[in-house]
Amino acid sequence: MTNTDWPLWEVFVRSRRGLSHTHAGSLHAPDAEFALRNARDLYTRRGEGVSIWVVPAAAITASSPDEKDPFFEPAADKPYRHPTFYEIPEGVKHL
Amino acid sequence: MTATVPMTAALALGDDALVLSHRLGEWAGHAPVLEEEVALANIALDLLGQARVLLSMVGDEDDLAYLREERAFRNLQLVEQPNGDFAHTIARQLYFSTYQHLLYSELAASGGPFAPLAAKAVKEVAYHRDHAEQWTLRLGDGTDESHERMRRACQALWKFTGEPFQPVEGLDAGFSGLETAWLESVGDVLRRATLTLPEGARTGAWSAGAGRQGLHTEPFGRMLAEMQHLHRSHPGAAW
Repeated sequence: MTNTDWPLWEVFVRSRRGLSHTHAGSLHAPDAEFALRNARDLYTRRGEGVSIWVVPAAAITASSPDEKDPFFEPAADKPYRHPTFYEIPEGVKHL
Repeated sequence: MTATVPMTAALALGDDALVLSHRLGEWAGHAPVLEEEVALANIALDLLGQARVLLSMVGDEDDLAYLREERAFRNLQLVEQPNGDFAHTIARQLYFSTYQHLLYSELAASGGPFAPLAAKAVKEVAYHRDHAEQWTLRLGDGTDESHERMRRACQALWKFTGEPFQPVEGLDAGFSGLETAWLESVGDVLRRATLTLPEGARTGAWSAGAGRQGLHTEPFGRMLAEMQHLHRSHPGAAW
């Protein structure tokens, strides 16, 4: 397999109307149009989606594992940051 | 399904789908990249599904696929041509999918015995056609080498492109109208791919095309041997 020449694309699939696109995986493709078609073949052949986004993997800026603590471990003693004091009305889904 | 499914037409359409499906399946493990291998296998599976429906209309699908001799197959000579290089596979796919898409669109609207199948399959085939067109554009308008290979492939298969428009008994379609639309569409794709419509005969003495009468080209025998040997060696074998 000599597909190292082709850039990597990240694939996001929206499974149903009303939901947001979720990361499904990645693939190689020569350009955006083929990335979309390859994504369709790889990730939505069994009716998994109604919409696909493809994004060049190089265009994604990711957080660094080295910054894990300052990014993701805020002090846990501020309960007012957590929306736990609301009653969620019945019938509200995907919240 | 009514009892009036025309045998010749069902075999012609079913064998086209079956044989091309097998050819595309031969790419499994050999395609240039993994993503393309999956794409070709998906197209092969779509075609296999169509073949199963069509052959089951006129007999036992396994008996028809695995126990007929070469001369009993009614597929076009185009679809039995070997994969060649990737450009040959794409040229064969462009020629066939464009034809199949035009034909199935017409059959779907006809209300005849093939209308339900055609209406379902036409969506799959539209994707096959798009896939072939996209690749033709990239190979034709790519590097010098890809351009030359695509040109050579289109030329090599050109003589097989008259046969699809010969009338088939029991197939109610306007073949001359289909042929005009086909030439227009393929010509447009090739032009956009910086290629030209190949020259040379598509009908008559220097063309090819007796697959519908059961006359096939030499590579077809070897393909059938591979396709049928398991079933013939172990009748009724199942997973």
